[in-house]
Amino acid sequence: MEKARSFWRFIQKSVRLVVTGNRYYYAWVVFLLLVMGFGVAAYVRQIKYGLILTHMRDQVSWGFYIGNFTFLVGIAAAAVMLVIPAYIYNWKPIKEITLLGEILALAALVMCLGFVLVDIGRPDRFWHIIPFVGLLNFPSSMLSWDVLVLNGYLFINWAVVTYMLFCAYQGKPYRKGLVYPLVILSIPWAVSIHTITAFLYNALPARPFWNASILAPRFLASAFCSGPAILLILLQVLRKMTRLEITDQAIFKIAELMAYAMGINLFLQGAEIFKEFYSHTEHFVFTQYLYFGFHGHNTLVPYAWASVLCGVAAFLLFLLPRTRRNWVTLNIGCVLIYSSVYIEKGMGLIIPGFTPSTLGEIYEYVPSWTEIKIAMGIFALGFLVFTFMLKVAVPIMLGEFTKAGNQPTGT
Amino acid sequence: MSKKFLSRNGAPGEDSTRPEGGSAVPEQDDAESASRRKFIGTTVLAAGAAMLAGPGSLAIEEFLQRNFHELSKQDLKEIIARLEKQYSTEYGKKVRVGDEPAMPGVLFGYGLDLSRCVGCRRCVYACVAENNQSRDPQIQWIRVLQMDKDKGVDLAHATCYYDPKEVPEEGHFYMPVQCHQCRNPPCVRVCPVKATWQEPDGITVIDYNWCIGCRYCMAACPYGARHFNWGLPHLPSDEMNPETHYLGNRPRPKGVVEKCTFCIQRTRKGRYPACVEICPTGSRKFGNLLDPNSEIRYIMEHKRVFIFKEQLNTQPKFYYFYGV
Repeated sequence: MEKARSFWRFIQKSVRLVVTGNRYYYAWVVFLLLVMGFGVAAYVRQIKYGLILTHMRDQVSWGFYIGNFTFLVGIAAAAVMLVIPAYIYNWKPIKEITLLGEILALAALVMCLGFVLVDIGRPDRFWHIIPFVGLLNFPSSMLSWDVLVLNGYLFINWAVVTYMLFCAYQGKPYRKGLVYPLVILSIPWAVSIHTITAFLYNALPARPFWNASILAPRFLASAFCSGPAILLILLQVLRKMTRLEITDQAIFKIAELMAYAMGINLFLQGAEIFKEFYSHTEHFVFTQYLYFGFHGHNTLVPYAWASVLCGVAAFLLFLLPRTRRNWVTLNIGCVLIYSSVYIEKGMGLIIPGFTPSTLGEIYEYVPSWTEIKIAMGIFALGFLVFTFMLKVAVPIMLGEFTKAGNQPTGT
Repeated sequence: MSKKFLSRNGAPGEDSTRPEGGSAVPEQDDAESASRRKFIGTTVLAAGAAMLAGPGSLAIEEFLQRNFHELSKQDLKEIIARLEKQYSTEYGKKVRVGDEPAMPGVLFGYGLDLSRCVGCRRCVYACVAENNQSRDPQIQWIRVLQMDKDKGVDLAHATCYYDPKEVPEEGHFYMPVQCHQCRNPPCVRVCPVKATWQEPDGITVIDYNWCIGCRYCMAACPYGARHFNWGLPHLPSDEMNPETHYLGNRPRPKGVVEKCTFCIQRTRKGRYPACVEICPTGSRKFGNLLDPNSEIRYIMEHKRVFIFKEQLNTQPKFYYFYGV
């Protein structure tokens, strides 16, 4: 009872913390709310008129929404997988890096679920996929697996983050017997969410572009590149703007590990491209459409090459110790690899799977304004969730926001 | 035109050759867990439904409707009565929504004679007229592919957007594609909510009141047979076919997937599908695969049939053949 009351106080104080801040904080939050407003307005229209407001059609039946979903599952997975090296190398501060990774995973998951929700034709029937409430086609459908692992992952991360923060707020050490098993469970679980999302596509022999056994390994490799890229920039921002101490050594170690991940990612991509090019079967058309265009249809071509070039450039920047240890080139590398994976695991994965269609038809898909507005709204929601969580978590980590102490202000 | 094609009795021992998958009648051991789920579901959802739907009790009823397999006979009767009333008002004519179950001893199969098809696409429009597809946005369940004679069956050189003055065109042949009613349907396997299944007579159907519109089945189908209601389907009253089936050609809502059902509303009453009836060249054949005397079995015995994309092991019940 006492605990519950204390927790309730904690929530109240956290909310108060979230709604107070300096000018820049308010400007940022208002900006995000505005973008979300545009997204909501577009979504209301989409509900009214249907998905016909998107540019998806029977030939290309998934598009921008599912592309973003796939990319973000990778972010959610990689953020937590970073916990492994944090423990192996005993980075200071381990607890903080673990927490930040999990908070990033939570924000990414909120966006993932948002993208799934806006993609389905009958959001009013969303409850049909809730286990025990609806009727889940488990274990047959890979989508039913995805529903279970994504929500399970959301729950685990939420539980760990909330519990650890609440303990720190109370000034008590957290119970290792409770947290360690959950953190250890969250690591294979992180692998599973991205593997199962890969299997979602992999499981469709009707789509040769996805039906390659290398797909799941490629998903993991690319996630290990893009996820830490965000964290790397985030850690730098946090140590500049707050008193949170993050050693250079930790950042450079993450960068070094990313270099290996990028090398593996490029190797796997190369292996797949070799197989497609050299065997040159009728299934080559999808790869051809992506990299060279097909019968004059070449919307994706510049993006595909941009992704390859960004990926290679980032790999070189991260590989050479000199550029890896230079803040400017390191951050350029982060942006490059992030862009590369965003193209490759988003539109570059979904659209060629459908182009040409199963009956050989070419429908060139580009997202509509409705899709772009709704997607921006969901990204704004993710950033808002992330901002709010950091607003509470960072002062707790710094010991500024405690049960006993006064409410901190600022940042 | 509507000749009966079914012999009165199925082949003996047909049960072992039945396709696997759901049956139209809920099974006994499912009933208990279904009612438990129903209870949990109803409790959880009632509040949410009331919030969403406001005062409209009809909307709440629709919102709370369970999967087809969890409905009792009484539930289904009430739902059908509700739908008949709703459709009759909407289209200004008496609409019947049937729920005829699969006939015992029947497994439907289809034959398409590539040597006779001239690509006139009368089947496409007869299908649309029969099955109440949306006219705007336009939905068609049959795609007729025009192919080059010197390439053979090759999708890289096929198009469905041919528009000459006269068909057939020099140097081309035609290959209509629609749902292949696979024995091993990938669409059924991937559906996350069991909104689509294979009936005992081999027809894969969709529960339009349960489909969530995720379109995973469309990604899984190798034949482009599944179509989505991207917008509100528009069906003019005077073109609406009032003779419907719950799992077939009744008007569909926005945001769900639909597909060819071998004209379930006709074939379960012993009639031919609309596309078979209309075909001016007699390229389309239909019958009971379990009846050794059926026309489809005659074709399989005396012609040489092939199936499309056999490497995917979907095992279609839709056979192409060369009749002449």
